[in-house]
Amino acid sequence: MSIYEKVTHYRDFDFPAFFSATGVGEVQSVLNKPRLTELDYLTLLSPAAAECLEAMAQQAHRLTIQHFGNTMLLFTPMYLANYCTNQCVYCGFNMKNELVRKKLSAAEIAAEGAAIARSGLRHLLILTGDSRHETPVSYIAAAAGILRKDFTCIGLEVYALTTAEYVELVAAGIDEMTMFQETYNEVAYAELHPAGPKRDYHFRLNAPERACQGGMRGVNVGALLGLDDWRRDAFFSGLHADYLQKKYPDVEISVSTPRMQPHAGGFPPKTIVGDKELVQYLLALRIYLPRSGITLSTREPALLRDALAKLGVTKMSAGVCTAVGGRLHAEETIETKDVGQFEISDERSVAEVADMLRRQGIQPVYKNWQVLAKKAQ
Amino acid sequence: MQNPDCDQLTIGGCEVNSRLFLGTGKYSADRIIPSVVAAAGAQVVTVALRRVDFDSPQDNILTSIPKDCILMPNTSGARNAAEAARIARLARAAGCGDWIKIEVIADNRYLLPDNLETLKATEILAAEGFIVLPYMSPDLSIARRLAAAGAAAVMPLGAPIGSNRGLKTKELIKILIEEIDRPIIVDAGIGRPSEAAEAMELGAAAVLVNTAVASATDPVGMAEAFGLAVKAGRKAFLAGAGAVRNQACASSPLTGFLQE
Repeated sequence: MSIYEKVTHYRDFDFPAFFSATGVGEVQSVLNKPRLTELDYLTLLSPAAAECLEAMAQQAHRLTIQHFGNTMLLFTPMYLANYCTNQCVYCGFNMKNELVRKKLSAAEIAAEGAAIARSGLRHLLILTGDSRHETPVSYIAAAAGILRKDFTCIGLEVYALTTAEYVELVAAGIDEMTMFQETYNEVAYAELHPAGPKRDYHFRLNAPERACQGGMRGVNVGALLGLDDWRRDAFFSGLHADYLQKKYPDVEISVSTPRMQPHAGGFPPKTIVGDKELVQYLLALRIYLPRSGITLSTREPALLRDALAKLGVTKMSAGVCTAVGGRLHAEETIETKDVGQFEISDERSVAEVADMLRRQGIQPVYKNWQVLAKKAQ
Repeated sequence: MQNPDCDQLTIGGCEVNSRLFLGTGKYSADRIIPSVVAAAGAQVVTVALRRVDFDSPQDNILTSIPKDCILMPNTSGARNAAEAARIARLARAAGCGDWIKIEVIADNRYLLPDNLETLKATEILAAEGFIVLPYMSPDLSIARRLAAAGAAAVMPLGAPIGSNRGLKTKELIKILIEEIDRPIIVDAGIGRPSEAAEAMELGAAAVLVNTAVASATDPVGMAEAFGLAVKAGRKAFLAGAGAVRNQACASSPLTGFLQE
């Protein structure tokens, strides 16, 4: 069964009827099970489960410490370019948006990498907009080659690639791949992506699987909460992760839980995902997939991130700048904040985030992988 | 029965004075590791090479390992024999010594080891002069092959890593203890000091514990408890615990008069 077949399996599923038939008793019963089914996971995403958040939190916290310990992996994103050929209606990089388009030169990549490495971080996520012309795979591979000396783990969040291209980037030194489906609702997806290569729902949906086949060590999936009904997108994100982990047991599968900020300008979210809902999603995910990593972005405000650090999250970004070359041209960036892909809510430095974690009894981990390529030995 | 006065554990030619080995992952801060090691009375300490930042020699996890410990780097993160071998060589090149705990896991759902790749890695690294301690699913045939390949000890799991579920594989571990002419070190799954004592009572040469200590409310107190339990279990093994029977055995037999 492909992931698309899994998604379509639930196409006619009556979610509202399932939720109205689910009460606190059903939720408690799921919390007592040693292993959850897909519908058990959906039970934990139900409105009724919102009444059981403390019990879920206790279980999620216990499972996180058991499997990941009192630690939090820190990483930071680096935007290599913001050229884009898509018109995603919710994204700051939309090709119709008038903003200064640029891409980093080799020298700028090296300089920005060195600036980040001084913070002590060894895990980096590199990103581009969706433009095969401006930022082809060869450009990304070259960037990875430059950054390899400063980072032991390089993640990739770019447009969907072919299996052969993932193989090429693994050989260039990229370890992990992140791909958000944005929404698993095929109809809503078409409306949100009116033009550009990203419009191809299937090519994007299957990208994480191609990355697994291409030899990535880690693959991270997720939906952008708020684009469609959040409970369904949360459900399918979990199913997607479970599907990949079952089929590719040697790949570390993780899930991100980005949400649209309810009060940010621009495109209004279809559904408001409040803090309570986000917490419910994180807890349900941890209980359903006890060993999967969960990544929390700096879209969330500092105070909320502090509280979520103990609720199942295993990986956090820190010292984030979503503008291209933002760390090289800091003064410029402050004046033109809107050039970022999205507005970040937690602007703390790596050291500040690390201090916050230590105060909570959580060890910030800066390095959790070792380069094994022969040239590195 | 072994002589308790000559109860020396030797691995790869090294005399090891503690039968409790410790892992260093999952702690809330590396700085508590020296206190944990001291409280446990541990000597062999394992560290995931992938966690060591050699670019920060003043501030990496190795600085938290007491100098009198035997450092046993592990190949956590390796998905096959080739990756495990590369990690082992990097560890040796970085000055971490010749001990290597082989951990090859290609299954992120259960974190169970890949015995075949573990065997291949053992063959490669033992031939290169490493003191190889392979972590494995308890299987007699593989354990025999590991020993033949030059493993210095064999480390079967009691239950999946981090599960704290105890000696779920007890019957298989007993067979390894009986049949394999190498120290058998129970690694993974031990959640409580009583379970560590049980492994030692069975005749395990040592146990390796990490999650149970690191995730305890008081890791230092738990480390001490494990240290005591391992000693108690070993003493019980050496003292020759009575056989377990299915029926009661009266200390004043009913048929005793027949001997008169």
